[in-house]
Amino acid sequence: MGKETQINLLDRPNSYVGRILSRDAAKRAVAGRGRYTDDIMPHRTLHAAFVRSPYGHAKILSIDIKAAQEHPGVALVMTGEELSEMCTGPWVGTLVCFEGMKSAPQNPMAVDRACWQGEPVVMVVASSRAVAEDACELVSVHYEELPVVVDKEAALDPEIPIIHPELGDNLAFEKTIETGDVEKATSEADIVIEDTFTFGRHTAVSLEPRALLAEFDPGTDRLTIHTSSQCPHMIQAVFARTLGVPEHNVRIVAPDVGGSFGLKIHTFGDEVATTAASIKLGRPVKFIADRLESFATDIHARENRVKGRIAVTKDGIITSMDIDIRSGAGAYSQYPRTSVFEANQILNITGGPYAHQNYRATTQVVYLNKVPTSQYRAVGHPIGNSVGESLVDQAADACGIDPVEFRRLNVMRDDSYPRTSAAGIEMQDLSHQKCLETLVAEMNYDSLRTEQAAYRKKGIQRGIGIAAFIKGTAPGPSGYYGAGGAPIATQDACTVKLEPSGGILCMVGVTDQGQGVDTVMGQITAATIGTPIDSVRVIEGDTDAVPYGGGTYASRATAIGGEATYQAALSLRKEILEIAGALLQADIDALDIVNGNIVNKGDTVSRISLAEIGRIGHFQVSELPNHIQPVLSATHRFRLRDALYIFTNGIQGAYVEVDIDTGFIKLLNHWVVEDCGRVINPQLADEQVRGGCVQGLGGALYEECVYDSAGQLQNATLADYLTPMAGEMPDINVSHIQTHTGVSELGAKGVGESGTGAAPAVVMNAVNDAIRPFGGKITSQPMSPTIILEALGKI
Amino acid sequence: MSEITMEITLTVNSEKITKTVPVRQHLVDFLRMELGLTGSHLGCEHGVCGACSIRVNNAVVRGCLMLAVQADGADVVTVEGLTETKEIEDLQKNFVERNAMQCGYCTPGMLVTAAELLRTTKPISRDDIRNHLSGNFCRCTGYHAIIDAVETTINNRLKGR
Ligand code: FES
Ligand code: FES
Repeated sequence: MGKETQINLLDRPNSYVGRILSRDAAKRAVAGRGRYTDDIMPHRTLHAAFVRSPYGHAKILSIDIKAAQEHPGVALVMTGEELSEMCTGPWVGTLVCFEGMKSAPQNPMAVDRACWQGEPVVMVVASSRAVAEDACELVSVHYEELPVVVDKEAALDPEIPIIHPELGDNLAFEKTIETGDVEKATSEADIVIEDTFTFGRHTAVSLEPRALLAEFDPGTDRLTIHTSSQCPHMIQAVFARTLGVPEHNVRIVAPDVGGSFGLKIHTFGDEVATTAASIKLGRPVKFIADRLESFATDIHARENRVKGRIAVTKDGIITSMDIDIRSGAGAYSQYPRTSVFEANQILNITGGPYAHQNYRATTQVVYLNKVPTSQYRAVGHPIGNSVGESLVDQAADACGIDPVEFRRLNVMRDDSYPRTSAAGIEMQDLSHQKCLETLVAEMNYDSLRTEQAAYRKKGIQRGIGIAAFIKGTAPGPSGYYGAGGAPIATQDACTVKLEPSGGILCMVGVTDQGQGVDTVMGQITAATIGTPIDSVRVIEGDTDAVPYGGGTYASRATAIGGEATYQAALSLRKEILEIAGALLQADIDALDIVNGNIVNKGDTVSRISLAEIGRIGHFQVSELPNHIQPVLSATHRFRLRDALYIFTNGIQGAYVEVDIDTGFIKLLNHWVVEDCGRVINPQLADEQVRGGCVQGLGGALYEECVYDSAGQLQNATLADYLTPMAGEMPDINVSHIQTHTGVSELGAKGVGESGTGAAPAVVMNAVNDAIRPFGGKITSQPMSPTIILEALGKI
Repeated sequence: MSEITMEITLTVNSEKITKTVPVRQHLVDFLRMELGLTGSHLGCEHGVCGACSIRVNNAVVRGCLMLAVQADGADVVTVEGLTETKEIEDLQKNFVERNAMQCGYCTPGMLVTAAELLRTTKPISRDDIRNHLSGNFCRCTGYHAIIDAVETTINNRLKGR
């Protein structure tokens, strides 16, 4: 079959690809039949709770666990030291791809010293969580407080203590890239704008907290872990290696996952401890983080300060950009994905939509006595886009050019690919110009400007924001993970099987956390093979059942897993047609599969059904000629070749109203035009964008993990850490441009993070547009009413 | 110290139940752990997220803020009960069709809270739907689809469909 024929399978009339189909998981969810990790309650399950460091930095002088051990219902009390004896060694959260990066060895629970408030110190395992918490109260730990490092700006100053003296300083990583000649371009520019931007710490706040149930069977040395995870195979590798259990003896099951957003690609010391307890006791042990623990131990993200500079000609052409990033990590670099991706990604993507060729970016990531940071939805993009797009808006204003027109002048042209970005990254199949013009039409931009002016006359301050973006999705193997030395697959795989009933099983390494990954894989499979969607069942999230894969992260499920699924389905289709051809004594090129039946091409009359092929292929094999040994199963893998990412692009628009007396921001309307390549299920793609936007808006407007000068987290409850709720959020208009990526035959790129990546930028630009006549300017997020009033000089 | 317990009798999803419970156990832990009704979820256990919303004596309450012993004699309805009686069948169908959930963790609480709106005899604006649901946190959807699903259900009911 030639390539054309293959693609046509997906584009046939009534294809399942490109169609809205509802999700099975949704049907379970509405009936209260979701099955999350905490819903699984095996007999004799014990529950873990943790004594955690109350200090940002402290020496552990002594630990007394006797009273806790004697408490009725307690099965085990374990200190960090005892746990580390069960481990093969501490974690070191570095990757070789980040040259010069350093991190201190980290034990799953603190040994001798705690380096952030919330770090686990002692685990208690008991008959219930309540009893385990009672016994935690009976553990007595004596600490000696040590000085803390909490200010990233000061972290490298000579008088500041060094958190891990063996590292020599508090620097985790530094990197500079430069293309072209920034100094020359800047000195020759008509206009140069400089500004400094700050971003607060956020955390993922998945509604279902981190959850893990470990079941070790001492008879067979098999370890089964149910956990709320995006990456079962990575968890398998990390837990097996950390606890010295052979990887093939470890089964990881991710049941329904109640939100993940990058949080659940990580591994945590308390989860290792829980698993160790199950190994030690030979009983199921469960750990469910409560909300306080979530705030104080889930990875944090986004704490960055960026100085930025843009140079332009007076006609509004960008000639150069340069940025300087100071990124505040936690006390250790998060193992195994590190705490430096965010800073590295800011460096990769800032100013990414534009055609200038002079760019310099410097980053320094420093250790602080705070919760370790790592990947959270749209890693680095909200920051890079906010910086880049604010500079672009300020430059447009300085040139007296409308922000839309300014972007028209500067975005990479749609006919200019493949090309290299100013950051030196290969770009292909992008559509900035198409997205921009679509946005202008969707927003009704000119009349919105007229409306804005009319409101100004009435004393109502409305602002319009525009933010173009690029988004790195579906990382390739040459970049960070595999090449960096971590057991994290960048390839992904799918196995499809024809069952005797004619049903199709589709087993994928990518996982679903509610995005509809399983539905999407089912649609690709059904469309490719030519069978009703109801006859396809997708299995994901179980290392005993699915081929090895990286799971779901960095918007890779459809882009990577979708292509693997497409290729596997093509292979199975080919085998089915060969068997049908032999049975029907027909030329296979003259046959087709439609609606679960083998038909003559162009016809719909069934010559033989898939159920018949399934039956004969499994039970009645003697009907087949000798040279055919039916396998009726195909596995394919897909990985990128050289590309660092499959980059996507898009643009957002926002319309806001700012109350200049109270500093309150009202979100009136929001638009997204994005290009994720081929859209498999338009509704699911839209909802990824909408949910992602609101997550970005939360970060831009409300969310921040606030630390005091002693390294104490001040707002570790949902009442104090504000999240976006229905009342404040706008409806979000979504449109798609579909420029298929050339790196796969399916043509899909990632979509899960595009909303989050640019929503903070666009709303910041809109707010600044609203307050510009008053001389105010916002360069820090979250944009609280206080920040607005300060910018307006009112407080 | 052994757990202090108390016997309670209550109706859960139309079924009469008598159980001895620890006095400190909250109602959703009781429903989940003692009765296996895992449809009600816990997102914060401090009354903010709404994932634990259930009906007690015909009012929507945060099950994490109520002790099981306080429900002695009460009539409790969870998402499982609402499903069995088909009271919100249309709302559930619209949630599925509109994909008004992703991970589904907030969904039972959203449905229980949104069900209160379905008895209206007048149209309800999107803003009012948003305000009514503004005590239920959803991290996944961005709310737009949820508002659509509730709005469609209300409008269809008003049209007598
Ligand atoms: S769990 Fe009850 S309100 Fe969050
Ligand atoms: S669907 Fe995940 S929290 Fe609402």
